Amino acid sequence: MSGAGTYDAIVIGGGHNGLVAAAYLARAGKKVIVLERRHVLGGAAVSEQVFPGFTFSVFSYVVSLLRPEIIRDLELPKHGLHILPLESTLTPLPNGDYLATWADPDLTRREIARHSPKDAEAFVEFGHLMHHMARAVKPLLGMVPPDPTSLSPRDLAGMLRLGGHLRSLGPDRVHALFKLLTMSSADYLDEWFECEPLKATKAASGIIGTLMGPRSPGSAYVLLHHYMGEIDGVFRAWGFARGGNGSVSGAIASAARSFGATLRTEAPVRQVLVRNGRAVGVVLENGDELRAPVVISSLDARRTYLELLQPQELPEEVVRQVRRIRYRGSSGKVNLALSELPNFICLPGDGPHLRGAISISPSVDYLERAYDDAKYGAFSRRPYMDIVIPSLLDPNMAPPGRHVMSIFVQYAPYHLEGGWTDERREAFGDAVIDTLSEYAPNLKSAILHRQVLTPLDIERTLGLSEGNIFQGELALQQLFFLRPFAHWSGYRTPIRGYYQCGSGTHPGGGVMGAGGRLAAMQVLADQRLSRRTAGRVTVPAKPGEA
Amino acid sequence: MMSMLAMRPAVSHALLTTPFHTRTAPLVLGQTWRRWAGHAVASCYDWTHDREYAAIRNAAALIDISPLYKYRIEGPDAVHLLERTVTRRVAPAAIGQVLYTPWCDGRGKVIDDGTLIRLGETVFRLTSAEPNLRWLDMNAFGLDVRITDVSAALGALALQGPLSRAVLNEAAEQPVDGLRYFRMMDNRIAGMDVQISRTGYTGDLGYEIWIPAEGCVAVWDALMAAGAGYGLTPAGMLALDVARIEAGLLMLDVDYHSARHALIESQKSSPFELSLDWTVSFEKEAFNGRKALLAERERGPAWRFVGIEVDQESLEALYEEADLPPALPVVPWRGSVPIFRNGRQIGYATSGCWSPLLKKHLALAHLQAPHFVPETPVEIELTVEHRRRRAAAYVRRLPFFDPPRKRA
Repeated sequence: MSGAGTYDAIVIGGGHNGLVAAAYLARAGKKVIVLERRHVLGGAAVSEQVFPGFTFSVFSYVVSLLRPEIIRDLELPKHGLHILPLESTLTPLPNGDYLATWADPDLTRREIARHSPKDAEAFVEFGHLMHHMARAVKPLLGMVPPDPTSLSPRDLAGMLRLGGHLRSLGPDRVHALFKLLTMSSADYLDEWFECEPLKATKAASGIIGTLMGPRSPGSAYVLLHHYMGEIDGVFRAWGFARGGNGSVSGAIASAARSFGATLRTEAPVRQVLVRNGRAVGVVLENGDELRAPVVISSLDARRTYLELLQPQELPEEVVRQVRRIRYRGSSGKVNLALSELPNFICLPGDGPHLRGAISISPSVDYLERAYDDAKYGAFSRRPYMDIVIPSLLDPNMAPPGRHVMSIFVQYAPYHLEGGWTDERREAFGDAVIDTLSEYAPNLKSAILHRQVLTPLDIERTLGLSEGNIFQGELALQQLFFLRPFAHWSGYRTPIRGYYQCGSGTHPGGGVMGAGGRLAAMQVLADQRLSRRTAGRVTVPAKPGEA
Repeated sequence: MMSMLAMRPAVSHALLTTPFHTRTAPLVLGQTWRRWAGHAVASCYDWTHDREYAAIRNAAALIDISPLYKYRIEGPDAVHLLERTVTRRVAPAAIGQVLYTPWCDGRGKVIDDGTLIRLGETVFRLTSAEPNLRWLDMNAFGLDVRITDVSAALGALALQGPLSRAVLNEAAEQPVDGLRYFRMMDNRIAGMDVQISRTGYTGDLGYEIWIPAEGCVAVWDALMAAGAGYGLTPAGMLALDVARIEAGLLMLDVDYHSARHALIESQKSSPFELSLDWTVSFEKEAFNGRKALLAERERGPAWRFVGIEVDQESLEALYEEADLPPALPVVPWRGSVPIFRNGRQIGYATSGCWSPLLKKHLALAHLQAPHFVPETPVEIELTVEHRRRRAAAYVRRLPFFDPPRKRA
């Protein structure tokens, strides 16, 4: 290949955001290469045959927030994205009863009314309110977040746009939004509902991926964050990707390739090359150098700034801010290969309740106690779990008659008292299985294989600092113009030509792809700008090019 | 453990059925079911609804209206709760009197509408199209009142049509001749205690019979037997829809949206905008939405709910251009159809039908001021052989059909 080793842009990390950034840049005609450390693309959105015949979405396991514009722009359905509906949520209860919500509103109302007729009505109105709140916040997801302290034309225009949007919401909804931004999810839900499992199951979305409990202030917003995906009603992009979440990455990778991007695996980057305050390329672990005027890191901020760069290349204040970002991974994952389906005491047999999500969240107290364990450095003895059985949705995930079960577990703190060991990992796995077996007693005997992943495993396998699945907690002080940190929320970094695009950037994680897209937009906008000012058509000269 | 598993009943995901299901199901020849408040109800029993509609206007029809939400409201503060909730005056209502009334949110936008029966000094029953337990409960804060959802406990039948009185006199222990319009009486049918109100959704002479769920089948059988000589015909939702459009009666989620579920302000309607002025009583000192409604009354409503009569010659001309005979909406339609005046859209129709009785194509519509004045010439959009056309039409006062027998 002529000009081997020189590109218009290098993307570090082949997770879904890195792939999205690469796809958008390649689509704009740029010569792009993606460098992935592992042998598979996808980052945390990977499907792997962990045990022969059993395919797992090893880490992230559902799709709800993937931006519709990305699905459209990259023509992902053409590249193999097929989202299967995940339409119900079952919350089994210790007393043998359960709470479920279904795709059909009448059915959901009937079911909730069994527990609380008032909640059945409130559920609908709460849904409307969340719809409005999500719409209020949604414009933020598709734009570089404006900094309210900045007087730059772009930030001012952004603030005006947001202000106009807030005004159009009307005072009641602005008040509701303010509450949502400041309250705990438990307090917020208390204003609406009386049924404990309903409150707890909703509150659970507010604690995912953070070391916060349902009673921690600020958790209400995270709840809204998880509602975002549900507002693009026509897309119904809430579900399970056929083939597992690796097929989401696979579809994006296929799109990127179709636009001409080069995707390399087993190509770990040691360092970003900086000359005179601007990025000029990267050095791989094997010593190879690749050159490009644009380098985009899809890694989290800690790695993007403190590992790929030399700290002395950065202003002290930036180093300080990066070091302050809270990671504190708090989630684990247990993947099971099963010889038969779990038989729940509350709903025996293999009914439709197994085709949706299963949430172990019987009460807000239960979740808060699970958090109490983690607060003091232990894993939850009785954890919150979000369970799906992908083989019921996509039979290809397991051999006929066998099943795979994905158990997302909260809390498993990265900073475990005494540190994570193999024994403690298995003890954590046992706590998960023991707890779930109380609801589905046949589980233990049905387990053929089990894979237990702690935040430490997540960090070691994927490189996510402290195993945080969002590349930094989704807490209000780390969102919008403060994500990943103040003054640098716009995908640029203090190093010219060096960009960031992972879920550690605005608007955050959840297999959204928004960071990758917006970063690519920023790169292209900057190049247009520099073209205009330089009056030249080419990208800046590539130092070191022969 | 296994015995515990065995004890739990399997949970059905089937639509709910009404207490009359064992009687109605075999009659639904075309399996033309539809959903109403989570229940399966018949669109029509026969393959077409024409005969069922004819029974409403010429003989007597029996309509299962059990899916209505029904709330029993009782206690010393029942009147207080209702006065603050609904727009009509409740205190002066006599025991046994029935009030039709909407109720509003704090900004005077309609949440739902239904009938309110005064069963006793401090006992009422409210019907609604959507669940309202939470709304009533929130309004009852601090009041000494008990609200019970009796929707499933009470079946209900509408017996409507010019011969409905004769059928009831045969079936009921007490004659209903003395029962006045919008009054209710206790009575017995087939040995069951029932309540009979002279109300309905057809704009005709008719009654609604409120029956404990366990007595529903017996009452159905008794009514069908008594009605055999009077042409009593079970009728489904399509026939009812034609009748209620002729009667100019609006329907939630078809003709308007509840203020609770509207996504934007323009999806909400005030009682004035629904032409329900007569249900709003400013004599009451306080009720939900009073201030906003008072202000709206001062400035005049921006919209009105009116009748539209399509000009048949204009419609025929449009079909003639396409070389087709005129097509009539023999099945009542629901949707949103633009209404124009002088080339500008001034509103939209939400339901319509061909009236076999009046021989007119009728619609119910929301029109903006000042175009809602009766007899105003307007145009209604219709699709003739794949092309959108506009037929001439006229604004009409509602109801289209109002026979003296309704109140006599």
